[in-house]
Amino acid sequence: MTIHQPLSDMKRAVPRAVNWNRLQDDKDLEIWNRLTVNFWLPEKVPLSNDIQSWATLHPDEQQLTIRVFTGLTLLDTIQNTVGAPTLMPDALTPHEEAVLTNIAFMEAVHARSYSSVFSTLCQTADVDEAFRWSEENEHLQAKSRLILDEYGAAGSPLRKKVASVFLESFLFYSGFYLPMHWSSRAKLTNTADLIRLIIRDEAVHGYYIGYKFQRMQETLSEAERQEIKDFAFSLMFDLYEIEGKYTESLYDGVGLTEDVKHFLHYNANKALMNLGYEALFPDSVCQVNPAIMAALSPNADENHDFFSGSGSSYVIGKAVATEDEDWDF
Amino acid sequence: MGQLAYFSSASGNTDRFIHRLGHQATRIPRNKTEDLPSVLGPFVLITPTFADGEGHGAVPKQVIRFLNDARNRSFLKGVIATGNRNFGSYFAIAGDVISKKCSVPVLYRFELSGTDTDLQRVDQGMTRFWKQYS
Repeated sequence: MTIHQPLSDMKRAVPRAVNWNRLQDDKDLEIWNRLTVNFWLPEKVPLSNDIQSWATLHPDEQQLTIRVFTGLTLLDTIQNTVGAPTLMPDALTPHEEAVLTNIAFMEAVHARSYSSVFSTLCQTADVDEAFRWSEENEHLQAKSRLILDEYGAAGSPLRKKVASVFLESFLFYSGFYLPMHWSSRAKLTNTADLIRLIIRDEAVHGYYIGYKFQRMQETLSEAERQEIKDFAFSLMFDLYEIEGKYTESLYDGVGLTEDVKHFLHYNANKALMNLGYEALFPDSVCQVNPAIMAALSPNADENHDFFSGSGSSYVIGKAVATEDEDWDF
Repeated sequence: MGQLAYFSSASGNTDRFIHRLGHQATRIPRNKTEDLPSVLGPFVLITPTFADGEGHGAVPKQVIRFLNDARNRSFLKGVIATGNRNFGSYFAIAGDVISKKCSVPVLYRFELSGTDTDLQRVDQGMTRFWKQYS
């Protein structure tokens, strides 16, 4: 019995209990631990502290925000109910299946979180309108369908993983941009904290599924690898075209489209890197607004480094968790 | 000119960066049962970050084992850390931990397998950096 045989075939033979003390792939336990330590629920974020800030947004800005969050809810719903479960039959190890159940559940938590934001900040009628909008918006529907087509019966294990990594590491970012933008203007800062928890989770999901994609690819011939790579870049082009239109339809009114597109390019490259591929978009079109980068990773740039400029490259006074039982000095 | 040592987990991000950089580099093995390399002169370490949501466990265990060797540690002159900005303020925090433990500067941080700009900065930065030791 090889571990590269799809687990679903093995299960038909002998039902097997998962033994976490016999790992075939250390990455499974590493990611399980990371995800379980990072577990959170929206109740931990004091969203009601954003009520006053919400009231300072123009009605158009409120509508934009509700729509963006509804679009994100749709992607999380797809990943919760179809995306992560559809990867389970292709799992290479029983531990991978367990990790995927965690991923599926956290996507449900993410989808549920947006409703917490809505019930705290918004009028029911406005939210209902946005959910109707999400069902009628051609771009949102088009990208959902492209992904769901890959998840469907015809999807190959590798193609499903490509689609899944693109959803986790690329498609969310046209939406994530907006709460980072508000946060950089000191608006909806608690909501931004909640979104950062989601952003953190999606990074682990994209990394792990991309890693499993690379493992699964190892058994392929050079020609087969090229074929799946061609598919991946072609799907990225198709999704990017839709994302461009989706971005324009949402952000033209507030004049942010070009800025959002840089953010999309930057994240598309990271999605491709998760699959083990090279970047697609040149650095010149990935110049994300520094205010957005700072909102994404606060404090990360306070410690300057030696190669990229001024400031101290030594850690001064910053609390870093240096304790680890394995250090022996 | 000094050397490079690096660790790359099975995801291969750091591996791909080192490959594209084209500098000779000593690999710290993934497998605990393999012998750890001994460096013979000044070197810069490139390592990914594995931190959880509170910054714990940032430095890969194999990198810790490698640095527990006092002789290896004595030659360490700087650290380059990789990570993902999605982890917020803990982005590439392995560099900060090693900087504090070993009193060496963080030379650079980049995401995943790095962009062309990252490659250029590391390539040129290393040349400048080693000049102060020549």
